[in-house]
Amino acid sequence: MRSHRNARDQQASGRRLTRRAALLGGAQLSFMGLLGWRMRHLQVDQADEFRMLAEENRINIRLIPPSRGEIFDRNGAAIASNEPAYRITIVREDAGDVDAVLTRLSQLIDLDPADIERAKAEMDRSAPFLPITLAERVSWEDVSKIAVNTPALPGITPDVGLSRFYPLAKDFAHVVGYVGPVSDYDLSKIEDPDQLLRIPRFQIGKVGLEARMEDDLRGSAGTRRVEVNAVGRVMRELDRQEGQPGANLQLTTDVMLQNYVQARLGDESAAAVVIDTTNGDLLAVGSAPSFDPNLFVRGISVSDYRALTQNNHRPLAAKSVQGIYPPGSTFKMVVALAGLDEGLITPEETFWCGGYLEVANRRFHCWKRGGHGHVNMAQSLRESCDVYYYELASRIGIEKVSAMANRLGLGIRHDLPLSAVAAGLAPTKAWKKEVRGEDWLIGDTVNASIGQGFVLASPLQLAVMTARVATGRSVTPRLIKSIDGVEQPSGSGESLGLNPTHLNYVRDGMYEVSNSRKGTGYSSRIIAETMRMAGKSGTSQVRNITAAERAAGVTSNDDLPWERRDHALWVDFAPFDDPKIAVAVVVEHGGGGSSVAAPIARDITLQALYNGDPPLDAYPAKDRDRIAEQQDRLRALRPDLGQDSKSRA
Amino acid sequence: MSYLEYAVKTTPSGLRKVLYLNWPLVLLLTAVASVGFLMLYSVSGGSLSPWAEPQMKRFGVGLIGMFIIAMVPVWFWRNVSGVAYGLSLLLLLYVEFFGHVGMGAQRWINLGFIRLQPSELMKIALVMFLAAYYDWLPVKKVSHPLWVLIPVLIIVLPTFLVVKQPDLGTAILLLTGGGAVMFLAGVHWAYFATVISAAVGLVWAVFQSRGTDWQLIKDYQFRRIDTFLDPSQDQLGAGYHITQSKIALGSGGWTGRGYMQGTQSRLNFLPEKHTDFIFTTLAEEFGFVGSVSLLALYALIMVFCVGSAMNNQNRYASLLTLGIATTFFLFFAVNMSMVMGLAPVVGVPLPLVSYGGSAMLVLMLAFGLVQSAHIHKPR
Repeated sequence: MRSHRNARDQQASGRRLTRRAALLGGAQLSFMGLLGWRMRHLQVDQADEFRMLAEENRINIRLIPPSRGEIFDRNGAAIASNEPAYRITIVREDAGDVDAVLTRLSQLIDLDPADIERAKAEMDRSAPFLPITLAERVSWEDVSKIAVNTPALPGITPDVGLSRFYPLAKDFAHVVGYVGPVSDYDLSKIEDPDQLLRIPRFQIGKVGLEARMEDDLRGSAGTRRVEVNAVGRVMRELDRQEGQPGANLQLTTDVMLQNYVQARLGDESAAAVVIDTTNGDLLAVGSAPSFDPNLFVRGISVSDYRALTQNNHRPLAAKSVQGIYPPGSTFKMVVALAGLDEGLITPEETFWCGGYLEVANRRFHCWKRGGHGHVNMAQSLRESCDVYYYELASRIGIEKVSAMANRLGLGIRHDLPLSAVAAGLAPTKAWKKEVRGEDWLIGDTVNASIGQGFVLASPLQLAVMTARVATGRSVTPRLIKSIDGVEQPSGSGESLGLNPTHLNYVRDGMYEVSNSRKGTGYSSRIIAETMRMAGKSGTSQVRNITAAERAAGVTSNDDLPWERRDHALWVDFAPFDDPKIAVAVVVEHGGGGSSVAAPIARDITLQALYNGDPPLDAYPAKDRDRIAEQQDRLRALRPDLGQDSKSRA
Repeated sequence: MSYLEYAVKTTPSGLRKVLYLNWPLVLLLTAVASVGFLMLYSVSGGSLSPWAEPQMKRFGVGLIGMFIIAMVPVWFWRNVSGVAYGLSLLLLLYVEFFGHVGMGAQRWINLGFIRLQPSELMKIALVMFLAAYYDWLPVKKVSHPLWVLIPVLIIVLPTFLVVKQPDLGTAILLLTGGGAVMFLAGVHWAYFATVISAAVGLVWAVFQSRGTDWQLIKDYQFRRIDTFLDPSQDQLGAGYHITQSKIALGSGGWTGRGYMQGTQSRLNFLPEKHTDFIFTTLAEEFGFVGSVSLLALYALIMVFCVGSAMNNQNRYASLLTLGIATTFFLFFAVNMSMVMGLAPVVGVPLPLVSYGGSAMLVLMLAFGLVQSAHIHKPR
């Protein structure tokens, strides 16, 4: 014991402690007395009354799940809807001998042994009076078989509910995403979760629009008061209060165009985005290959899932918004506009292209080995001269190039209600210092000038960039047109504050890309006079060509394995005189932008402009036979929307 | 003096300590926990899974933990009281700032075999630290304003963090438990009178704040208070709990409906019937006799703790024992008041009976401290 505490002090404290302890103990004891008295009051004095209430307490309150909001396209065609689904549930408490009941049931209908195992495991984990789902999406025939045999199947109930259905299957998988039964993991992430989520296997959005718009789509629960008998079976319904169904969403996309985009991309690992330049509406957001989201709603099989995850074309990725690629030469408009805006170049000024530029003891090649000679701005875009941009970007500096990229919508995350929308990258010196811990080198600027090196952009960003170049306004993408009929703000945007003359120089250059005989996109031009397009090709390397390879002459894409081939890119806007749409197409490891991406983009552009199959005379004469055959082939893949789809909006 | 004690005047050492354990207390704890196993077996419809079996395992672990803690001399626990408090506070801060993973609040840290709630640890650490503080402080200074302010801060800091979580039940337990230790240590009456009147003022302020942007507690907590005041207005939500829980309780009558024969607690969907509302099942199935028996078991635990404390000359040991006993008392008093409709639903489990690992383990460790105090008392 401590020295400063004398014996008397300690004794006094001891006495006081004992006194107060007795006092507190007494208070606690009397509170317990109060509890006991309350128990007596409830359990003895009022027992009869409560016993009676308990007998009458046959009224249960059940939740009615609201119907999930549906999703339509801009013309009112269904993209995600609800269909009735029958399922079979078992209540352990009512079943008695679970194994016997299940044996009898499996003699009656076809049950997957795996489902039975899962249900049994679930039963072990949850309370005995909770219904556990045995089988989902059972046929009406099976339901009636069970209904007839009810007496032999205690605890088994067929149940009808609504389940999500995606009528267009693969076309919108990457936009709309899918729903699935709520999991413990989902619940652990939500504070004070909606009571609805406690319903076993309640469907909530897992990915994409379904997940991001969950709060709007879900709606709120209704309730019904039911009378149950002594074992808890519902005898009759007393009253019901309907819930609030989820909000319907109308998207800006067009199912026909989306279908065409998906079909045109086919089996390529590719993405395409079509944006309305006037208001930012996304008319189509395609990503290929795709998958059937209905598989996930039903519960995807292990083999199907493995096939999707092991495919090197990555069907599950929404490449149009999540995929980021070096934009290649499609980035040249950014550099050109930055140069003009800073007053560091005039359109007439020329650089000498001798096939390469030597910077810091390294040779940076132009794609054209022999060089372009003297090149001005229009020519540099038309023929996609690399050396011109090496020179120009070195003069401007990376900071201003990246600032212009940001103004045009690159390197910034566009706010769309989709999963994992990529921000891409418009690199700066500070970025490299912070992330890579290295100083910025002049070679990095040279690489960035042709959209290589650190620069990364998603197809969505490229489409936005093109729309901004076409209009001079900060067009922002919009995917949701209206929520329950309430129109969402338009994305037409404010003026970017760029000099219209400068913009016209760049637009003219893009026009020449597609319409000048020397342009890289000439072979994929549109000849309909009112629909002329202006574009820009891009071919971005995903590898470094080694000296050994160069010596051996193995630089042709066809000789390389697929995953080392170049990405093919194309952006365009049309019609040139009065831009209505902008398109971006990226074909992963497709090869050359002008030979692979441009034809796809041209077809999509025409399809969008004509709102359906374009007349063949919009195409150059030599392409018409091939296009006619292609139109027939793709038409066969078109969904049947019925007569009234156009009028339902 | 304990029934096994000879006229030994020295503190026992080695394995002989086992003989000096407060064995009646061990038996009482086991009895209460067994009531819990029985009830958990019943609410799951006569099955060890999903609740009864894990609960038994946790009790076993808790019992071993209790014995280990009991073997360590109480002066060691006094010396680490500050560390225990500091550590618990750090863990509370940790879940406050890093627990918000994803969208929801997280009150626990996952240790693999158990989800540890720092707020549970704090209930014991706070009592330990306050007991150590008053052991260190000369008795004359106990009521000096400065020396009163320090323990108040010690109590308020974790309480504030717990309220932010938000976990009203634990906050009440911390505040009242800490206050009880101060009271036992001999702080002047006037302070308690002041605090109680301030509390009344605060309650008034809380109600005034409703609907304004400086609202002091969450909406759902307000709703719970509303429901408590008038259970009929919210038949689907929390009011449903109180009404149903009273019906289940009352329909038990004198002797109850018999084991596993309860209909109310099983037919009506009480989502927390294996945790906070487990008492209703007991009351329904074993009636008034069963309820009062459990209450008597709790009372006996209190009596043994208070008795052990009053026979202990060591100020730290007796303050600790009484503090832990009070916390334990608050657990079951708040829970029982709640299910009987005497207090709002605040989410406090029935100690040693409700399903839940964190609370069970921490309570058993706390009783380990009580045992350590009992074994190592000055003789």
